[in-house]
Amino acid sequence: MFEIFTRLADWAAYGLLRLSPDSQLGSAVHFFIEDVTKIFFLLAIIVFAIGFFRSMLTPERVRKVVAGRSRAVSYPMAVGLGAVTPFCSCSSVPLFIGFLEAGIPLGVTMAFLIASPMINEVAVVVLAAAVGWKVAAMYVVAGLTVGIVGGLLIEVFKLEKWVEEYVWKIRMGDTPVQQGASGFKQRLQYAWGQVKEIVGRIWLYVLVGIALGAALHGFVPQEFFLKYASADNLLAVPSAVLVGIPLYSNATGVIPIVEALMAKGVPIGTVLALMMSVAAISLPEMIILRKVLKPQLIATFTGILFFAFIGVGFLFNALLT
Amino acid sequence: MKTFKVLGSGCKKCATTADLIDTKAKELGVEVAIEKITDMGAIMSYGVMSTPGVVMDETVVHSGSVPTAQMVAGWISA
Repeated sequence: MFEIFTRLADWAAYGLLRLSPDSQLGSAVHFFIEDVTKIFFLLAIIVFAIGFFRSMLTPERVRKVVAGRSRAVSYPMAVGLGAVTPFCSCSSVPLFIGFLEAGIPLGVTMAFLIASPMINEVAVVVLAAAVGWKVAAMYVVAGLTVGIVGGLLIEVFKLEKWVEEYVWKIRMGDTPVQQGASGFKQRLQYAWGQVKEIVGRIWLYVLVGIALGAALHGFVPQEFFLKYASADNLLAVPSAVLVGIPLYSNATGVIPIVEALMAKGVPIGTVLALMMSVAAISLPEMIILRKVLKPQLIATFTGILFFAFIGVGFLFNALLT
Repeated sequence: MKTFKVLGSGCKKCATTADLIDTKAKELGVEVAIEKITDMGAIMSYGVMSTPGVVMDETVVHSGSVPTAQMVAGWISA
């Protein structure tokens, strides 16, 4: 199905630019061209299709749906909706306050915030196109599970005391009823607007990710990864997670790196743990959340995710290698 | 005169929204007052969770994205 992009890259890299498929530069350039065309094509198509069919899934609606449910329902719902609800990280703070104000438990709110950046429809489809549906499905299941476990732990430890006091005092007005796009033409317009907005927001991350993936693919020899990142090396997974924590990229932007690493024989658990840690937690996100969370809670939250991602990495490495 | 309030904690999109309203109003020759609301409590009191949000004469007309020029023109000339 995606052969056309391979052929296009063959033509551009080996035909047009006259690079040799066996040279380091040739294989890096090939990877870059193939991934740029494939990922941006998929990105535009998926965002457009989703925008068209699901015109209005807003954080305000999620809040209404999740509020007042039992925990057995609200946790799975929070991570599931977290995965499919689009919101920009600059809205994390109002979203956080809005959830708590509606009486949604802190654990459920955190579960939403953990799952949201890690999983989204676009990343899942692009991941499946790059490394197969099986890996993509495992990534989703692992990500949802980490979200639920992370939220539950925050609830069990009763960490509400580490939320800034002012947050509890804010009272929200009535949430305005948003007019969803209706009618064919409006839906088209909305979907196109979504493409412009989302591609505009993440294109740089994706491009940097592809460039890094291409460099790994072309210039770093396989032996390097066999030596340092094999499943036998117990430090590989924790190091991958540790490196990923402060870094930020959109989930889709990490995928070319995932693709390159897997092709070099880095075990799947190690790669998925890296992807989760890059997408889920980052220094900029922590700084934004500092407005509503005390440092102790940010540290605990980061610590929980650190161990959860390491667990995911080891589990998949043990099960699949 | 219409009063617009742009709700948002100071992100780039909020500034873009305020500028857009200002530009459109000038274009249409309508005088408007534009205020940026950055206090989280004040933003939430309008019930808005996704920023930027736009409030026109104390009614929330938009939230969650930079509005289109068309929408802005609609509010100004409404």
